[in-house]
Amino acid sequence: MAQSNNSIKKILTVAFALCIVCSIIVSTAAVALRSKQQLNQELDRKSNILSVAGLYEPGTDIEEAFQQVTPRVVDLRTGEYTDQFDPATYDSFQAAKDPAQSRTLSGEKDIAGLSRQENYSTVYLVGDPDDPEQVILPIRGQGLWGLMRGYLAVQGDGNTIEGITFYSHSETPGLGGEVDNPRWKAQWEGKEIYADADSAQPAIQLVKGGASDETEVDALSGASLTSNGVTNLVQFWLSPEGFGEYLARFRSGVDREEVQGASTDQTEGA
Amino acid sequence: MSAPTPKGVLTTPIFKNNPIALQILGICSALAVTSSMSVSLVMTLAVIFVTAFSNLFVSLIRHHIPSSIRIIVQMTIIASLVIVVDQILKAYAYEMSKQLSVFVGLIITNCIVMGRAEGFAMTNSPGLSFLDGVGNGLGYGFILMTVGFVRELLGSGSVFGVTVLETVQNGGWYVPNGLLLLPPSAFFIIGLIIWVLRAVNPEQIEETEFKMKENSQPKEAV
Repeated sequence: MAQSNNSIKKILTVAFALCIVCSIIVSTAAVALRSKQQLNQELDRKSNILSVAGLYEPGTDIEEAFQQVTPRVVDLRTGEYTDQFDPATYDSFQAAKDPAQSRTLSGEKDIAGLSRQENYSTVYLVGDPDDPEQVILPIRGQGLWGLMRGYLAVQGDGNTIEGITFYSHSETPGLGGEVDNPRWKAQWEGKEIYADADSAQPAIQLVKGGASDETEVDALSGASLTSNGVTNLVQFWLSPEGFGEYLARFRSGVDREEVQGASTDQTEGA
Repeated sequence: MSAPTPKGVLTTPIFKNNPIALQILGICSALAVTSSMSVSLVMTLAVIFVTAFSNLFVSLIRHHIPSSIRIIVQMTIIASLVIVVDQILKAYAYEMSKQLSVFVGLIITNCIVMGRAEGFAMTNSPGLSFLDGVGNGLGYGFILMTVGFVRELLGSGSVFGVTVLETVQNGGWYVPNGLLLLPPSAFFIIGLIIWVLRAVNPEQIEETEFKMKENSQPKEAV
């Protein structure tokens, strides 16, 4: 190494030039590829939604299949649709972090381990938006190692489950990681959320040693804590704390106009 | 040590001077990403790209790097390349980048990349350094693919995602070995590979640095 290389001037010049060159390369790559990355994330989200609704086969044109899905933003407190937010851009994960758009969950209510919950959430309606065949609800909650995020597809009666999927989780591969297993997920189809038509609390749960009725799903073998997590998060999101109020609209089977009118009165009264 | 030749720098890191098996570098990512072969392959390609180009760029400017900040200069180059790789993966192999997640970013701290930049590229010509980077990437990849093959075959019953052994979960006969899906299993496999390599090339066996005293008998100890 020549002495001149270690002069202060040379050190500063090299450091500065290197930083400029590297930052140009990095930012060019980031900017040039951003639109493609966003497209990928969007496609990934859509393919998750389609697959939980049973509309996705490998090779399906995602954009085309997604035509039959209508996103709507729902007020979780009343179960009403809201036009306050654009469903295409509304981000419920961001909203859950914003104190103005979310609420804290305390102790025993917070069975899914979320600590904060957004006031509005995006649901996806399959088929006719006024009388959907399926409603797809975003769900999330703590598993054994971390947050599990997924979707739950419920049929138009607001009670029968069509499918479940977890698109991000960090459970143990081979044990809790089997929440990804298509054979395990297939069991959910046709299960019922509520034990009877009047109950507000969901009955659906994971049980060890074999499911015996319509509200029970086989737990994952060797993964009790992940199974508890799944039970908790599903029960949380289907209870009145989550989408319970919203699903009640479908369960009562009353004309939608009537329901909307009735519940507006309720909100005013409250 | 004789002067490095293009063929030499490309091939010796694969068996003779393997960065993982002989130098025991870059173990952490070898444990983390080898649960399936396709992930191992993408990781291999990413590491080959980063080692090759970081070696090339470091070597190109080696006469201008002040020795007092040379590590930082190398790190900056490596980090920039890794971010570029990460961005490309996110754009063109989204599924894969989700599986690799943080481990692409951790290539920055992979000792192989840093080791080659400091140990080879700082003193050799750009062309040779580039080949050395490719060679070491291949050596890393060889171990990754071998470990990935064993772990995926015995852990999930498949190779590159194609089912070979039908597992019990899917109605077949093969009871998969769950340990092989967990990172620690890679230790055993890498250990076995090192054993095989050193049995074939006895010159790789290190001399004992100190002699361990034989177990003392209870009588002597008292």
